[in-house]
Amino acid sequence: MNAMILAVEAGNTTARNLTIVLFLAFVAATLAITIWASRQTKTATDFYAGGRSFSGFQNGMAIGGDYMSAASFLGIAGIIALYGYDGFLYSIGFLVAWLVALLLVAELLRNSGRYTMADVLAFRMRQRPVRTAAAVSTITVSIFYLLAQMVGAGALVALLLGIRPGTTFLGMDADTAKVATIIMVGALMIIYVTVGGMKGTTYVQIVKAFLLMSGALLMTLLVLAKYKFNLSSLLGDAAASSGQGTAFLEPGLRYGVEVAGNATQTFYNKVDLLSLGIALVLGTAGLPHILIRFYTVPTAKAARKSVLWAIGIIGTFYLFTLALGFGAAALVGGDAIREQDKAGNTAAPQLAEALGIDFFGGDLGGAALLAIIAAVAFATILAVVAGLTLASSSSLAHDFYANVVKRGAASERQEVNVARISALVIGAISIVLSIFAQNLNVAFLVALAFAVAASGNLPAILYSLFWKRFNTSGAVWAIYGGLLAAVLLVFFSPVVSGAPTAMFPDHDWQWFPLSNPGILSIPFGFLCGYIGTVISKESDEEKYAELEVRSLTGAGAH
Amino acid sequence: MSTDTPADAPTDSVPERYLAVQRSDEFAGLRRTLRGFVFPMTIAFFLWYALYVILSAYARDFMSTRLFNSNVNVALVFGLLQFVSTFLIAWVYSRYADRKIDPVADKIRDELSGGDS
Repeated sequence: MNAMILAVEAGNTTARNLTIVLFLAFVAATLAITIWASRQTKTATDFYAGGRSFSGFQNGMAIGGDYMSAASFLGIAGIIALYGYDGFLYSIGFLVAWLVALLLVAELLRNSGRYTMADVLAFRMRQRPVRTAAAVSTITVSIFYLLAQMVGAGALVALLLGIRPGTTFLGMDADTAKVATIIMVGALMIIYVTVGGMKGTTYVQIVKAFLLMSGALLMTLLVLAKYKFNLSSLLGDAAASSGQGTAFLEPGLRYGVEVAGNATQTFYNKVDLLSLGIALVLGTAGLPHILIRFYTVPTAKAARKSVLWAIGIIGTFYLFTLALGFGAAALVGGDAIREQDKAGNTAAPQLAEALGIDFFGGDLGGAALLAIIAAVAFATILAVVAGLTLASSSSLAHDFYANVVKRGAASERQEVNVARISALVIGAISIVLSIFAQNLNVAFLVALAFAVAASGNLPAILYSLFWKRFNTSGAVWAIYGGLLAAVLLVFFSPVVSGAPTAMFPDHDWQWFPLSNPGILSIPFGFLCGYIGTVISKESDEEKYAELEVRSLTGAGAH
Repeated sequence: MSTDTPADAPTDSVPERYLAVQRSDEFAGLRRTLRGFVFPMTIAFFLWYALYVILSAYARDFMSTRLFNSNVNVALVFGLLQFVSTFLIAWVYSRYADRKIDPVADKIRDELSGGDS
């Protein structure tokens, strides 16, 4: 054991208590906001879209809060800390992706839709098939994403509270604590959504974005101060401590790995890197929980402003993660991080502790900064799961119940009641699934969510907005085709079986060589949308005229 | 003003008014202004990003080249340039939209809603 781990043990109790206090403070504050928001929530527009009363800046912050998940904060910092440069690839893909949303989707969607992604997809189509397909894909994407966040939350709490196999906390061992965390996170997200609706959820996300940016900024400044703002010496130290030398600062340790003497595997690894790159950049603009955020502002201009703010906030945050990741590699060291968590998810909290010890007077300072960052990480998870629950329950209520089951004849009150019940049901299902999924490798769930969003949702959205000929058959083909291709390719990939790191390492039905299906499933989704369209004669020129005029000018916008 | 704007024909049914606007020169101009910017720009940033990913996969020696006699290499600078280009494109688009798109879109919308009342 090295000195860092000993310090972790010493500061553990203080950090643990402080983490719990700060976390409870966040929960209390957000619940108060939620109750306040519930008093302002009267109509369906209030519930689904926060009354469309948010400013561009507020929504930009909320988008940041919705988007910067624990996977970005802890995951990317961890990948950079352990594998160096390759973690940066994620940051870049996740940021550049916003240009798709800004240039092609945000404003047109805001102008022509009302509450859900399907409002735009079904605008000029037959309602029932398109809305059903959109609801299926919305709920699939959101639940994959939810599971990843909730399972991650369970693992994180056990790690951050320092509950290791054999030790207990409040009488709970590590496994019980994980289950308790999943249930607590699930219960809170259900409360935020059912009580506060979009308004409450948005404020939770704004508060979280503020906390996350502040925490990351503080740590970045401390790391840079430690190296007298000399980037080169930070990088040099990180490379030296990593044990990898300069390779740590170059692409290739984690993605697109060159396997000596195995040209086939090297080829697949590199194609897999391209595939990941494409899925990251095209997935964002197809994520339903991100798309519905554009409805919370009054106009398309405000939607544009909110994406501009989001790009600024998210971009700045990913620059911070670069400092956090290399800082953790340099100041904590790869071995100490792996000892806590082999995936590196605790790199950021461990860095916080090391910085606290260094700058704020020893163990107590270390415990304090660790507690702050741990509480920020919880807040991060809560805000994201609330956004996902809202997106899926909105789609279930507005698309499936109101427009498919009731064929558009449901009253506003009925619809909102169904949305609240849906949030409860989806939340409960996610809790149960997460408890069963908690020992599985969850990284693939996020990759899968992005791949489905890019392969099914994005083609349908882009065709809807820009292709006159597009029709019901095309929309249904694009969504189901892209969704099935992505899910099936992942199912037959080394992520699920046939590899030591797979979900089922003892089984082998793997034949698809890539971990990320994007490079095939995304073109396949676009192709399905094209074929589905041309084999159907349906074409509604008047409705397309209405969609195009409304989406470009904002006439008749809700 | 051209006579094919719907405000001149409030008695038309709603679908006909949208069709008329869609076929008007003014709207065709708006569509051209929007698509003429966002389509080429999307292709440009996608190729620029793809170049970065492809170089990361297949041009490792080039990406590993050290710069400025420090630990900073081409890969890091290339990555940071992706941030710079993203911020820059966002800023350029917002200026373009404010000046060229919004005024025309607002005008057409006002004409349309004038016909609504």
